[in-house]
Amino acid sequence: MQQKYYIFIGVLVLAILAGIFSYPNYYNKGIDVLNHKLSWTLPHFVEKLFVLGLDLQGGVTLVYQADLSQTTDKSVAMSGLRDVIERRVNMFGVSEPVVQIQGQDRLLVELPGVTNVSQAIQMIGQTPYLEFDEQRTEAETKTITDKIKEIQDALKKDPKADITKIKDFNLVQENPYFKPTELTGKYLTKAVVIFDQTTYKPQIQLQFNSEGDKIFADITGRNIKKPLAIFLDGASIIDTNGDGKIDGQDMYAPIVQDKITGGRAVITGDMSNATATSLASRLNSGALPVKIGSPISQESVGPTLGAVSLQKSLVAALYGLLAVVIFMVVFYRFPGLLASLALVIYVAIALSIFKLIPVTMSLSGIGGFILSIGMAVDANILIFARMKEEIKLGKGLGQAIDEGFKRAWPSIRDSNFNSLIVCAILFTVATSFIKGFAFTLAIGIIVSLFSAIFITRIFLMVFVGKWAEKAKWLL
Amino acid sequence: MASLIHTTMQFNFTKYSKVYYIISGILIIASIVSLSMFGLKFGIEFVGGSSMQIDFTNARPSNEAVKTALKTFNLGDIVIQPTGSNGEILQFKGVDEAMHQQILAELVKLSPATEKSFQYIGPSIGNELRNKTELAIFLALLAITLYIAFAFRKVSKPVNSWKYGIASLIALFHDVIIPIGVFSILGHLFNVEVTIPIIAALLTILGFSVHDTIVIFDRIRENILRRGMGQFEDTVNWSLTQTLGRSISTVATVEFVLFALYFFGGETLKYFALTLIIGITSGAYSSIFIASPLLVSWYKHSLKKELKGK
Repeated sequence: MQQKYYIFIGVLVLAILAGIFSYPNYYNKGIDVLNHKLSWTLPHFVEKLFVLGLDLQGGVTLVYQADLSQTTDKSVAMSGLRDVIERRVNMFGVSEPVVQIQGQDRLLVELPGVTNVSQAIQMIGQTPYLEFDEQRTEAETKTITDKIKEIQDALKKDPKADITKIKDFNLVQENPYFKPTELTGKYLTKAVVIFDQTTYKPQIQLQFNSEGDKIFADITGRNIKKPLAIFLDGASIIDTNGDGKIDGQDMYAPIVQDKITGGRAVITGDMSNATATSLASRLNSGALPVKIGSPISQESVGPTLGAVSLQKSLVAALYGLLAVVIFMVVFYRFPGLLASLALVIYVAIALSIFKLIPVTMSLSGIGGFILSIGMAVDANILIFARMKEEIKLGKGLGQAIDEGFKRAWPSIRDSNFNSLIVCAILFTVATSFIKGFAFTLAIGIIVSLFSAIFITRIFLMVFVGKWAEKAKWLL
Repeated sequence: MASLIHTTMQFNFTKYSKVYYIISGILIIASIVSLSMFGLKFGIEFVGGSSMQIDFTNARPSNEAVKTALKTFNLGDIVIQPTGSNGEILQFKGVDEAMHQQILAELVKLSPATEKSFQYIGPSIGNELRNKTELAIFLALLAITLYIAFAFRKVSKPVNSWKYGIASLIALFHDVIIPIGVFSILGHLFNVEVTIPIIAALLTILGFSVHDTIVIFDRIRENILRRGMGQFEDTVNWSLTQTLGRSISTVATVEFVLFALYFFGGETLKYFALTLIIGITSGAYSSIFIASPLLVSWYKHSLKKELKGK
């Protein structure tokens, strides 16, 4: 018979730990006061914050769709894409960003606390495009320069002339001296900063994959003694004239000395260590394995809106909890009070679990959790209703409690099992909003079964003694 | 004390079952009519588009002024809904980030404002979401039907187990179609949209409504075993009387938190809570006044048939 007291103490300890864990503020303040007054050195309780969804803390969510039409190994391409985007996002200086592959070809990017969406999109979507261009033949160069001249003349005559009517007007946008080769950043495996053996000046070494190696050997082979220009995003890769900026005046086009095999190219030039490092990282991050366009879905929530939503939903939860407690005490008196205690313990345990896993708390999750507060006492209501019936039938208290739990069980099992089925379906097929809702609701249902059946029962066993036989109105 | 039980009042729930059928019938027909006339307004997460919430520093400019200011962008049909004291939510067709910034700049020029949130959903995502949601609803219905059939497989007399299943499915349909009907009217009158939270709420109603019906049917099953098969109608009424307290309490506690959520929980969760309030109220009503009386009516009907056959 002593056993029930041990279990009771165990439940109390669990409840207190869960309570402090889910809201350590008061406990820690109390510890501070004690430490100060008595000059003790008691430690604070483990502080772990709730993980809040972007709808509550503010931030940007972006979904990209990758173009995998040219790719054979889709999952490799996608994880490569994720890595690259992750690096770019990290450069953005966001705390705890999320970059996740969704389905086959989607990439989800979450940037907590980011307010400048345009900048974020630019940062992620920018495709530093590395290309290796070879010299055009003289005839090609002439065609383009002639066309440029033709259009300039036309515009001189009539500034409003519609140049799109001139044949091949697109040619003016081409570089007259260089044309792209098939070698691009796609074949780059990595760029590293190395130092010249004799001058100790930084250089950038480009390493290609085997396919890129072949192409590079081929290009260098057919361009011996000719320049090979390297462009990044359509501009020279380094500042060649030393004026401190990279613009149309710069052109990095080293002369190919010999056919290069082995998949390595070295970019030399007058650059500082810092420039070389940033260039290398730009090249590394630039090697997007597949193309992504602008986001196919985008959501940004300002930090104030998120904070207001959080505040409001917490207030709602508190009022809801209070109303349920009052109702339970009024209608079910002493057992109702015990059930309310169990409900408060339920809240503490559920919150602790959300912190421990951790479950990202979004508005939907809080909605599910609030709903579960209302549903959590249902099992107790079923049990108490049965208990009352058994008492009316003239059974002793202890027996009535036992029977109440026993007879209510099939209904409790069936109905909660049903809700869990719905949660499981919601979780597997639906979107993140519904997932959050279903997950918290499911945890809520499971924890509430524990609190309503196990905890309430222990409470009843401990608190309902002989005195209650004389005060049956309380039950 | 012990004798009290026999004198406890037993409500005759099935006496006026025709009235209940008529009330529910009217509500269901009204919902279907409204649904076929007005349809549902789906949120941008299902149809694609942009949604922008802004807070004006001063009073809200008129809808006309806003629409005129944005005319040059060719945004299609702009839906404007006030929110909070100085804020509003604008919805229009999908725009990219550059366009979004231009629109925001134009609005700020019209009247100083700050953007609270912006959402853009591409058409492919919308389609996908619709398909996923349909799948979820289908699976949930299937799972619940199977579960009911399984749970009541042992009850066969005097009413077959599959009839319990059909009765609870009818109640289920009742509980889901009514909130949907309400949303089609709200959508027509106040531009209230069916969004993801509302779908989540509807699916929760599926679970919850069956929850209620199961508890009552469980009791009927138990009482049939205890009291024998005679007097089926009386057994149903007695079971309903026994579970009435529980039904009221359970619905009350859930409604408490839902009302708290509706009044204090903020915009996003408001209609989520409303859907659940309507669905759960209707679920409590249908478990008592539709599902169980249906069993009795069905029983009487087959009894009559048997008599005629003789």
